[in-house]
This record gives sequence, C-alpha cells and structure tokens, in this order.
Amino acid sequence: MTPSRVAFAAILGKDLRSELRTLQSLPAMALFAITTFVIFRFGLDRTHLSGSLAAGVLWATLLFAAVLGINRLFVAEREEGGFDAIRLAPIDRSVLFTAKVTALLVYLLALELIAVPVFALFFLDSPAALGPLVSVLLLADFGLAATGTLISSMAVNSRARDLLVPLVLLPLVVPLMIAATGATEPLMAVGGPGYHRFGTWLMVLGLYDLIFALVGYAVFDFLLED
Amino acid sequence: MYGKGLKPLSIATVAMLVVALSLVFFYAPLDADQGFIQKIFYIHVPLATVALIGFIVGGLFAIAHLRTGNSSWDAYSYVSIHISVIFGVAVLITGAIWAKASWGHWWVWNEPTLVSFLIVFLLYCTYYPFRYAIEDREQQARYASVFAVTAGAFVPLNFLAVRMAQSLVHPRVFATSNGGLPGSMMLTFLCCLAAVALLWTTLVKFELAAKSASGQVKRLRRAIGAPGSGSTSRIAPEVS
Repeated sequence: MTPSRVAFAAILGKDLRSELRTLQSLPAMALFAITTFVIFRFGLDRTHLSGSLAAGVLWATLLFAAVLGINRLFVAEREEGGFDAIRLAPIDRSVLFTAKVTALLVYLLALELIAVPVFALFFLDSPAALGPLVSVLLLADFGLAATGTLISSMAVNSRARDLLVPLVLLPLVVPLMIAATGATEPLMAVGGPGYHRFGTWLMVLGLYDLIFALVGYAVFDFLLED
Repeated sequence: MYGKGLKPLSIATVAMLVVALSLVFFYAPLDADQGFIQKIFYIHVPLATVALIGFIVGGLFAIAHLRTGNSSWDAYSYVSIHISVIFGVAVLITGAIWAKASWGHWWVWNEPTLVSFLIVFLLYCTYYPFRYAIEDREQQARYASVFAVTAGAFVPLNFLAVRMAQSLVHPRVFATSNGGLPGSMMLTFLCCLAAVALLWTTLVKFELAAKSASGQVKRLRRAIGAPGSGSTSRIAPEVS
C-alpha cells in the first residue's frame, strides 16, 4: 500500500501539471468571469457597486465560473481511463477525493486572483474591502471545492454530465452563497468596510465546509466502486 | 411481501384522518387573530414536518443501502424521497394560500422557513434527472444513495443558513414563551401530525407494493415469453 501522502502528492501534481500544459479550464474560467462582469456593468448600467449588489454580482459570477471548472474536473479520469488506474492502484481511494478537492481549490484561488482584482477595478471605489475578503474567499472556496468535487464525480459517469453539475450543484451551494454574500455585503458598504455579523457568517461557512468535507470523504468510496 | 399489513394500515390512516379533520373543524377554537384561514395550519405544518422528516429518512435508508449493498434499501430510499417531494408540492401550495391570506402576498422572500423549504424542494427535484441520467442499474442505485445522503445532511444546514440570513416573520408557534398554542389547538395539531405521518407511511408502502407487484408480473411474463413485457420505468428502482 502506497502511503496516502505520496499518492495525494502524485494525483495533485498530475492534475496541476496537466492543467498547466493544456490550459483547459483556468483561462476559460477567468475569461468567463471577466466577460460576466462586463455584462453586469451594462445590464445594471452602473459604474460603481456597493453593499448587497456588489456582493451578489461578485459571488454569482465566481459561482458560475467555478461551475465551468467543476464540469471538467473528472473528464480526463473518465475519458483517459484514470478511474480504472485509480481502482487498480494500491492506494486508499479517498485520496482521490482529497487530491481533487485540493486541485479544485487551487483552480478557484487562481481564478479569484484574476477575477477579484478585475472586479475591484471595474466596480469598487477603494480596494479596502479586499483584505478581509480573503478569509471569506478561502472558506467559501473550500466548501465549493468539496461539494463541487462530489457532484462532479457523480455527474461525470452519467449521460448528461454538463447538465447535471449546475442542476444539482446550485441548490446545494445556496447556503454557502447566503453566508458568503452575507459576509461580503458589509465589507463593500459605502464609506468603507463594516463588520456587521461578519464572524457569524464565517462560522456558518466553516460549518458548511466541515459538514460537506466529511460527507464527501465518507461517501466518495462508493462512487468509485464498479 | 410489501403488501402485508397494508389493509389495516390504510384503515387506520383513513380513521385517523377523519378524526383529525373533525377535530380541526369542530373542536379546535377559531384563531382570534387570523380567523378561519388559520385552520390550514393543521394541514400545512404537519405536511411540511413529515416531508422534511421523510427526506431525512430517505437519507438514512440510503446509508443502509450503501452499508449493506442490499438494493431494496435503495427502493425504500427512492420511495421515501418520492412521496416527500409530492408532499412538498402540497406544502408549497398550502403555504402560499396561507401566506396570501395572512400576509397579503402569495410568496414572501424575507421569510426563512418558506425560502429554505423551497431550496430543499428544488434540490430534491434534481434527484429525478440525476437518477435518470445514469444507465447502469447498480451504479444508479449507488449514486442515488450518495445523493440522498448528501442531501439529507444538507436539510438541517440549509435551514440554519437561511434562518440566520433573514427576519423572523413566520409564526414561531412552539417557540414563544409559555407554549404558544392553547391545549385544544395543540391536541388537534398532534392528531393532524399523526394522521399525516400515517398517510406518508401508507403511501410509501403502497408504492413499494405496486413496484414489487409490477416487477413480479414482468418477471412472470418474461418466464412464459409473453410479448409486451417492456416499457418499464427507467427512473424507478426495481423492487424484488
């Protein structure tokens, strides 16, 4: 039995390397996010956003951009026989889950590294909100990565992969979005960031992350059986 | 085997429903504030409670399916979720009627219980296309169980998040100090809850029995080589 740490590093390294070489997901996600911001700029006809509107635009865009990446997360495993290889390999199968969650987390962070500054440039008066926003982004990304990996691994083996991911994922992440926008809204208030119920929302995000990481870890084995 | 005990259970359900409804209309006092429309509470709240518990029960059956690999647990899980979704439609309709009568709007967005129920309902609606999209029966059962477990964990979490996000307009019937409900209303409510829970159990058993019977008929037809044995549901699990 290969130690889980080695297997984890191998799978994660394989994912990141193949993404770096093919650039299949990340550029598309970033481009989608930026285009969506432009559409919001004209759809809402505002040059400045604040409060709940800013939080909503930011999180809706990030979520839909994330769906693009989540859709493609297991495509290589499915089409190139990666699932069979994982089944044959003498490793704990849950390692695939943790490695994929980490890979998706890296994609999401890379996406936000591009999309959030662009958002601030387009819509925000001052970048003061971006500092505390990092904690919200990290916690929400982790929850999104855990649920996204779980749903993606289920959808990839079905006939309607591209359809199922948004269909099942969106209702599942509604609590996550409620908490993330709730925490972001006071940060982007007019006249500098506020912290109304900020800690409470971070706790809800943490609880969501914990529950879905545990559920995903517990049930993932059954998705690989064949 | 699923048909066993169905008759006494159905009779008990009908009797309990009659008792509960007569209590609602002839025993429970009129609400001082809302008047007659408040009576819908005796149907709406039990339906919602039973539907949510049914979703969680479906998740528990799914856990049993994943642990044992016995596909009849999957059938239990599927039917529990199926009946609960149907109850969910009734909850949304009765809730809208009640909201129109007491708040003046069919739908109120800043109302946590309404919104969280809608989100849970939407999530469980995706159970069907999800199941339908997987062809292999065994894999379908396993994936559906994984979905049911995940969604079952989602139900309480969703209520927490939505409740925190919003105001408290919905009547907190049991949360107010000194009990809230007077004794006669409480008794009526508990009878209604029992009646709706019995109704849920009966419907689940009926659907299981129907699925089991049609599965047996199909097998027998196949055994004697009769034509027209096709056209089965591809979504629903087969019950042996």
